Amino acid sequence: MNKEKKFFKEPLTDTQLLMTIAIGIFFVMYLLAMAILRGGFLHPQQIFDMLNDNASLIIVSCGLTIVMIGGGIDISVGAVTSLVVMSCVLYLNKGGNIFVSILLALGIGLAFGLVHGYLISYLEIQPFIVTLAGMFFARGLTTILSVNPQKVDHEAFAALRGVKIEIPWLGYYAKNGNLIPGTVELGVVIALVCLLTVFVLLTWLKPGRNFYAMGGNQQSALMLGINVKRTRFLSYVICGLLSGISGYVFMMHTGAGNATNAAGMEMNAIASSIIGGTLLTGGVGNVIGTLFGTLILTTIKKIIVSSALNKPWWQSITTGGMLCFFILLQSIVLWVRAKLRAKKKK
Amino acid sequence: MKDKFKRIFKGGLGQLTIPIIAIVLLVIFNLIRDPSFFSIGISHNNDGNIVLAGNLISIINGASELAILAMGMTLVTAACGGQDISVGAAAAIAGSAFVKILKASSAITWPTVIAAFLFACVVAMLFGTFNGTLVSVFKIQPMIATLILYTCGRSIAYWINGGATPTVSSPIINALGSFIPGIPVPTPVIIVIVVALVFKLVFQLTSLELFTQSVGINGSAARLNGINSTFIKLLSFIILGVCVAVAGCIGVSRLGLINHETLLLDVEMDAILAVAIGGNNLGGGKFKISGSIIGAYVIQMLTITLYAMKVSSTDVKAYKAIVIIILVVIGSPVIKSKFEKLTRKLRSNKQRVPAKGAE
Amino acid sequence: MQDNALLQMRKINKVFPGVKALSEVDFTLRKGEIHALMGENGAGKSTLIKVLTGVYQMDGGEITVDGEKIVIRSPQDAQNNGISTVYQEITLCPNLTVAENMYIGREENVFVRRRYYEKKADKILTELGIPARSTQQLGSCSLAVQQMVAIARAVDMKCKVLILDEPTSSLDDKEVNLLFNLMRDLKSQGVGIIFVTHFLEQVYEVCDRITVLRNGELVGEYLTEELPQVELVAKMIGKDLDELSNLGEMEEKTEVDSEVFYEAQSLSSSDALPFDFKIHKGEVNGFTGLLGSGRSESVRAIFGADKVTGGHVRIKGEDVKITRPIDAMKHGIGYLAEDRKRDGIIADLSVRENIILALQVMKGFFKPISRSEAEAFADEYIDVLNIKTASRETPIGSLSGGNQQKVILARWLLTHPDYLILDEPTRGIDVGTKLEIQKLVLKLAEEGVSVTFISSEVEEMLRTCSRLIVMRDRHIVGELKGADLNQAQVMKTIAGGESENEG
Repeated sequence: MNKEKKFFKEPLTDTQLLMTIAIGIFFVMYLLAMAILRGGFLHPQQIFDMLNDNASLIIVSCGLTIVMIGGGIDISVGAVTSLVVMSCVLYLNKGGNIFVSILLALGIGLAFGLVHGYLISYLEIQPFIVTLAGMFFARGLTTILSVNPQKVDHEAFAALRGVKIEIPWLGYYAKNGNLIPGTVELGVVIALVCLLTVFVLLTWLKPGRNFYAMGGNQQSALMLGINVKRTRFLSYVICGLLSGISGYVFMMHTGAGNATNAAGMEMNAIASSIIGGTLLTGGVGNVIGTLFGTLILTTIKKIIVSSALNKPWWQSITTGGMLCFFILLQSIVLWVRAKLRAKKKK
Repeated sequence: MKDKFKRIFKGGLGQLTIPIIAIVLLVIFNLIRDPSFFSIGISHNNDGNIVLAGNLISIINGASELAILAMGMTLVTAACGGQDISVGAAAAIAGSAFVKILKASSAITWPTVIAAFLFACVVAMLFGTFNGTLVSVFKIQPMIATLILYTCGRSIAYWINGGATPTVSSPIINALGSFIPGIPVPTPVIIVIVVALVFKLVFQLTSLELFTQSVGINGSAARLNGINSTFIKLLSFIILGVCVAVAGCIGVSRLGLINHETLLLDVEMDAILAVAIGGNNLGGGKFKISGSIIGAYVIQMLTITLYAMKVSSTDVKAYKAIVIIILVVIGSPVIKSKFEKLTRKLRSNKQRVPAKGAE
Repeated sequence: MQDNALLQMRKINKVFPGVKALSEVDFTLRKGEIHALMGENGAGKSTLIKVLTGVYQMDGGEITVDGEKIVIRSPQDAQNNGISTVYQEITLCPNLTVAENMYIGREENVFVRRRYYEKKADKILTELGIPARSTQQLGSCSLAVQQMVAIARAVDMKCKVLILDEPTSSLDDKEVNLLFNLMRDLKSQGVGIIFVTHFLEQVYEVCDRITVLRNGELVGEYLTEELPQVELVAKMIGKDLDELSNLGEMEEKTEVDSEVFYEAQSLSSSDALPFDFKIHKGEVNGFTGLLGSGRSESVRAIFGADKVTGGHVRIKGEDVKITRPIDAMKHGIGYLAEDRKRDGIIADLSVRENIILALQVMKGFFKPISRSEAEAFADEYIDVLNIKTASRETPIGSLSGGNQQKVILARWLLTHPDYLILDEPTRGIDVGTKLEIQKLVLKLAEEGVSVTFISSEVEEMLRTCSRLIVMRDRHIVGELKGADLNQAQVMKTIAGGESENEG
């Protein structure tokens, strides 16, 4: 006990370590891409485009990270996103109000979150089955609403879509010598706001810390006086709400509703979280890591596209490989850490 | 035999209660709606053979791949306490491997088909070993371990055939996918029966059932009795791999082509549902293969019933979801205990005399 | 109502289906007192604690704190009444920091002021002398420190009554001292501490009073200085001699001098300190000692149930390597585990399947025991052991504890082992059957089977064993045979006998 090593700072918690690894890998990958593949990677707009295209994914990934920290899972997020898009598109096309459409999006997401949370937390049904049913239900409803794709035809919305934030210094020179500033869509701003909010929630707010406690050791959390049922319920409600927001952002990006929207988004969100250092068993996770998880996934896709491995199947295979790598990495890192601790204790 | 009968009579059907009730309800529902729904007719199919036809036949036929996958999924669920969400993608891989060998051979004869099938089996078992190792050695949750193959499996299938969706036309393949000339029962149905019999045989000739259930119910006790849990879990994934190969080959034979995108798309969800409807505990333990088989037919019957009610194929999902929710809510521990408390109250009040030093 | 009585529990009753866990138990705790609660397995210690902490609801009796009658329906209620508990299993979250573990679940407002709590935590940690930083991840601290953090949390919540449930089980001497200093500190502040433990020396080192429970009843409350160790041990495990005299004559046991069946030198495992052991063919030996003395850990090491870390084993003179249960089984060793729920029964499987399990594993994967054979085996043992079950197909989980035990016993008997280890085989079984099992053990020994018999009831072991190994605090402290095999000698050795083996 007296032979405490002198640390400059506290050794990283599991959460922080996995997140750091993720961030590190992202930068390494991107820098390598810049060096070897050059091309689009040299333009800052590449990163902005990555954010633009994945704003909705980032949002649902945040929601999923929360649920996973609490030890659960939600595979309905993609389907709910798609349902929100279709509903809002149809509503706006009937001449609806922008504000109401936003409320509609939030409402749908919230509704799913409430039902999931109730069934999982209070009726103690397995999360996989409940959210699987939710996924089926949402996808089914989407096609019931409209089998065919629908474009948004709404003035105010078009204006909203057009909102782009310009970033003056980071741009690229077009052929005629003009500096075209980098642009970032409104959706990205929303995504970053959501990200920040969730970060604050998880780091500094009581409900957020309760998620970690619940995921770390449910029994202990109960004994420590945390209302576990309510905490679990809350995690699914927030995830649902974020799915709603993600749907709206998705609609802003694509401008249309389609039955196949956001297909596979849930698995990408889970992958982002895992790559970013969220443990499936719960108790460990960080939205900053998740953000980088998403960026890593997208970067891989872009690398594949730019490189010689341009055949359509390589994308998924490398994503799968990356996922495998990170899952094993998680497993090994934690196992090694546990062994080191055990040695120290003896 | 009399013993068995007495047991069923006294103790109810046990695990098989829910799936059998579900089937009975669906059957009654359909008969009310349309008395001729289940009529079986005899007609001639395209090749001029005499075959059985009708809704009932198409239900049983259409559920074949699902039933086979559900059987393998039951074993994995029982041993590992989790589900394999990659079976659809893995079936696409197996189907692609099957087609690749067929395409590579000069002529399609029975031996080539068998060789192709065996190749598909080996490939599927290899991927099963991959998943199984992640779960049994690295102790990763099954759902997450199989997420990897789910993500990239179909792309691997795509890659196997070099980016094409090759077709295979041959009377043998056709026979496998629909009818063998002279046999009025669809071939896939026969294959299901064969696979079920193989399972029964395996359970008869080995102690797999006992060991799997022990590992799933109480891993610690299983270990203390000398059972190698790692091996059992790995084995369950390998057996699922064989089922995947069979299902994939059937799928290919039906259409005469392999489309990696659409072959058995989303079948994993249905397979998991079939296992759950079959009364098996998704958290592992005691299992009944027959339950999952019935569960598969329940799902198929539900789907066909909805189609018959003019629900479009895309909308079916929503209705399925509602049925799932109802089933799991009924089966949830909270509801079950509330139900038990109610029945206990309604029964006679027999006081249990507390005795010291238990009996 | 005593003057400085902090906590009073009167006539507490608690019944579970088929078992009376607590019967009219009284317990009193005074301010600034460290009070030991002792008793063997099934005595009712943990039930009493769980009633006090709101995990169980009592069926009768009353509890008063500071003179006021209170009702405890949940852990929260207990907390609100100033009763805090630190359990043996760490009930904190290892993935959170020390500071968070101290304050989570009771922060004042929604916004968690981390710096503020970390500073507060550091202050308490230094005050109490706990070697940890508030920003450390709890999982990186040793178990001892984790325990102390749990105590720190309780202390910070201004608890009146602090319950420590087996806090020293995984601590070394230095850490135990640290803990005791902390306890004495709290005592001087007027906190009442209930110390649940089985380590005798520790009780005598730090406790003011001792309450002993046995079979769900109160044996008595004593001042530590007035109760010699031997008497304490007698009160905990002594049996009513009247009850036993009706059970028949004890068999004459001859000295066994046949060949050695099993021999181990410096055998150690992840949970057992290195020890030497040997047993002869047809010999019945026992391990005795209080709960937690290391008996189960030792036999588990023999069976390979825990991770074996060292040692030299010989069976029938030949060197063997036993690292897993299947190795032991292949060499003819069987093991009936102490915790049948966790390590013994496969709850959802039938009686028949549970009985044939071990034999099936030994026969291998490809030689399944046929249904008719299995039914015959099951019927045989249901008859021989008088197992009360609706049928052989009944799931074992629905049998009573005693009958479950018989099924597991049948399982191992079916494998016809050369050496059978029975860890608490008679726990929860009626008196008549206990005798049958003892007779069975003797019969096995006659047939040449070696048996190791562990029981909390010394009398049982005296009736069956020809040699008794006494353990205390994980070390072997004595070996009794022949004339030494009597209650008095056993108690003496447990309480403070000479060490024959330095562990």
